[in-house]
Amino acid sequence: MHSTHSSARILLPVRPGFIVFTVFVAFLLNFFFSNFSDPRLWIPDWVALVLVFWSIREPQYVGMGSAFVSGLVMDVADASLMGQHALAYVVVCYASVTLSKRVLRFPLKWQALQALPLLIAVQVVQLCVRLSFGVSFPGFGYFVGPFLGAALWFPLAHLLLLPQYQPVERDENRPI
Amino acid sequence: MDYQAPPFFKRGPAPLALLCFYTALSLALIIFDARFQTLELLRSGLSLLMYPFQRLAFAPASLYEDAHAHFSSLNRVQADNTRLKRVQLENAARLLRVQQLEVENERLRKLLDMRTLKKADGQVARILYSARDPFSRKLVVDKGGIDGISRGQAVVDYNGVIGQVTRVFPHVSEVTLITDKNHAIPVQILRNGLRSVLFGIGNGQLELRFTQVNADIQSDDQLVTSGLGGAFPAGLPVARVVSVEHDAAHAFARVYCLPLAGIENFSELMILDPIDPTPLPQELVAAKTSPGRKKRTARQ
Repeated sequence: MHSTHSSARILLPVRPGFIVFTVFVAFLLNFFFSNFSDPRLWIPDWVALVLVFWSIREPQYVGMGSAFVSGLVMDVADASLMGQHALAYVVVCYASVTLSKRVLRFPLKWQALQALPLLIAVQVVQLCVRLSFGVSFPGFGYFVGPFLGAALWFPLAHLLLLPQYQPVERDENRPI
Repeated sequence: MDYQAPPFFKRGPAPLALLCFYTALSLALIIFDARFQTLELLRSGLSLLMYPFQRLAFAPASLYEDAHAHFSSLNRVQADNTRLKRVQLENAARLLRVQQLEVENERLRKLLDMRTLKKADGQVARILYSARDPFSRKLVVDKGGIDGISRGQAVVDYNGVIGQVTRVFPHVSEVTLITDKNHAIPVQILRNGLRSVLFGIGNGQLELRFTQVNADIQSDDQLVTSGLGGAFPAGLPVARVVSVEHDAAHAFARVYCLPLAGIENFSELMILDPIDPTPLPQELVAAKTSPGRKKRTARQ
């Protein structure tokens, strides 16, 4: 019997290559959405979402080092202050790794509620950094992204775990 | 003496130690970037690595644009063509006169022994994306250090000034819009030549700060660059005054303006060639080269 709800089914071990691939796709998504000229405040930060997901799921593969490097790349792409995303990602990754065991005890649909404060923290850390260097508050639209991200948690989790599902084979002799 | 059993599992440094390390590193980066602007090399390196992936991410959108342009109806192209021909004809007379006036102006300036005005020339760049940072107003364009772009060049579209190049990478460069909160541009009012400085507010508007309550500014006044400060050539249209508030409680009038250029809705723009800074007076040049006072002048 599982002590956690990490999945209702027994999963195959994750392939590190797949984690790298998903983070890469998240970067492409972030770049892609910066293509539209309207204020895109409400679009979730895909890199943060994927990093939080993997550092909850696989803390031994994704940690603060990868969060720091991803943050630097986002800083350059967004023309923001160098280290702003890096700081936010590192702090949130630490929280995710620490809370990983706790979050995984909840069923998948409740995990989104656990991830929401983490995603909000990404924005809050960046807001604090920028406010301390004298910019004005960009409006509450800035906090819509994390809520959308949390809403996407359930489908995203299934998508990211897809390669780890194995076909259901009923073997009468081995009930597990 | 303490004895510890060898660990079963190899683990790296404790998470809290890692957190402290990375937090300290990030904070150091933030402070260095904000206060000393010394991280340009790191930025250019990362930007160079990212460039192919960014182009990959933009591929769907640019493909859509190209397809749209390709399949847009012949009618529209013809309508555009006739409209553009008419506009060109309308402008032709003025352009011819401008050329004649430019020659005349140059001759007169020579007669008066004044410095000749530099002609504004530049190169066309395409906007790659507007930066996702919600705290600032910046664009990234597809011309960089390789194309000879340098920091401080003015950026315009066909209606007026858009902003200024603030960061140059090998393939791309960042343009700070005049509506950015940290941007200021020296302007003068076209109607009466009153000089002032125009600041961005951050919400797409601009403000003429520190204007006397009795200054002669009316709504609908057009503001052009004054050429002071040496970053922007003189005479480029910048903004239009939309409201002037006189409040007895404040020492200054509040003057709000809207940019004339299609800020935040265009796809191509022009980066003007850098203008030569006004040469220093002879005495200052002499002081600068004399060895004894080198340090003092450098600090000034």
